[in-house]
Amino acid sequence: MNTAILNLPRSYPRVFLAIAAALWFAVYKTLEPLSHVLVNTLPVEHDSRLYDALQFFLYDTPKVLLLLAGVVFVMGMINSWFTPERTRALLAGRHEGVGNVMAATLGIVTPFCSCSAVPLFIGFVQAGVPLGVTFSFLISAPMVNEIALAMLLALFGWKIALLYLLLGLSVAIVAGYIIGRLKMEHHLEDWVQKMAHVQATVGADELTLPDRIAAGFASVREIVGRVWLYVLAGIAIGAGIHGYVPADFMASFMGKDVWWAVPVSVLLGVPMYTNAAGIIPIVEALLAKGAALGTVLAFMMSVIALSLPEMVILRKVLKPRLIATFIGVVATGIMLVGYVFNFLV
Amino acid sequence: MKSIKVLGTGCANCKTTMKLIEDVAKEKGVEILLEKVEQLQDIMAYGVMSTPGVVVDGKVVHAGGIPGRDKIAQWLAA
Repeated sequence: MNTAILNLPRSYPRVFLAIAAALWFAVYKTLEPLSHVLVNTLPVEHDSRLYDALQFFLYDTPKVLLLLAGVVFVMGMINSWFTPERTRALLAGRHEGVGNVMAATLGIVTPFCSCSAVPLFIGFVQAGVPLGVTFSFLISAPMVNEIALAMLLALFGWKIALLYLLLGLSVAIVAGYIIGRLKMEHHLEDWVQKMAHVQATVGADELTLPDRIAAGFASVREIVGRVWLYVLAGIAIGAGIHGYVPADFMASFMGKDVWWAVPVSVLLGVPMYTNAAGIIPIVEALLAKGAALGTVLAFMMSVIALSLPEMVILRKVLKPRLIATFIGVVATGIMLVGYVFNFLV
Repeated sequence: MKSIKVLGTGCANCKTTMKLIEDVAKEKGVEILLEKVEQLQDIMAYGVMSTPGVVVDGKVVHAGGIPGRDKIAQWLAA
């Protein structure tokens, strides 16, 4: 019996996926009633601040972790179709414009880790992917990632998650296009410019559905194992803000009418290097206390897309002018997103 | 003796990979010469785009992410 269950993903992968999805939804639906039951068993007075904070924590923690695991699993499976080598082959020789759109979109589904940013960058350029197209990929890949999307989905709902996805893509496409237009190829480090051109090739893809399911599980283990602590810390701080910070407290300095809030948020975001998992629960709580959505989104994008450690790594292949241009163009794009949102919503 | 190289610019995953290969080799009693390649130029020369990469006897066998134990065992047995 036990081995039959363990072998299910291998022998009947489709059946396994259907059962897993059904189970996942069933658990997800019971979380909210369960959190009420749990809080009520605690010796805490109803409608007290502590009650609010505890309920937020007890409901949001399992909800976020479950959504994160679900989204990461699905993305892990999708990722197995889009190796960096295949993405490179798809992008090699593309023209700007179409290439930027493709690169930004592929950035969502191609597995990416910031420690691989430089080898990936060089690999793309070497295979003849235009510089601007490479940048579109490099901006989109870390910014529009599965962790950020899962967290937004869990805490803000699908509308905001979709909005973040579309805006992230737009920033990546436009910023990459502009960098391409500036013709800054000679601002790559000399050794990168001198490197021999290589042909982009793709190895045969022999993965079966069970292999992809295994890849999904592997990425859940890797990613959720890495970020769950950030999630807990983020939600705990968020719960504290929910329970104890007075409503409208944030309105005075992160509200809609504070024109300087957007650029300051973007600037604050650059040296902050936490991942989406930690920052989004805090941001959600700030929003509930009167911060403006555009300002908050700009802050979030800046924290995730522009990080100091990544710049230090990229410095190995880009000359200072190009790095400065990269930061300037992306920061401007994020600020525009912030202002547009504050104006519209 | 097998010569194994781990390609990576020094991120946490690369260190884990080094350790994992060492462990599996010790377990299997296979003697290996384990090296770390950290210079970007050298890594790129192998045509690897996602790190950590693993090179066994001059051939790239793995790129991107920490390899599984069973995979490592296969390389050592081959």
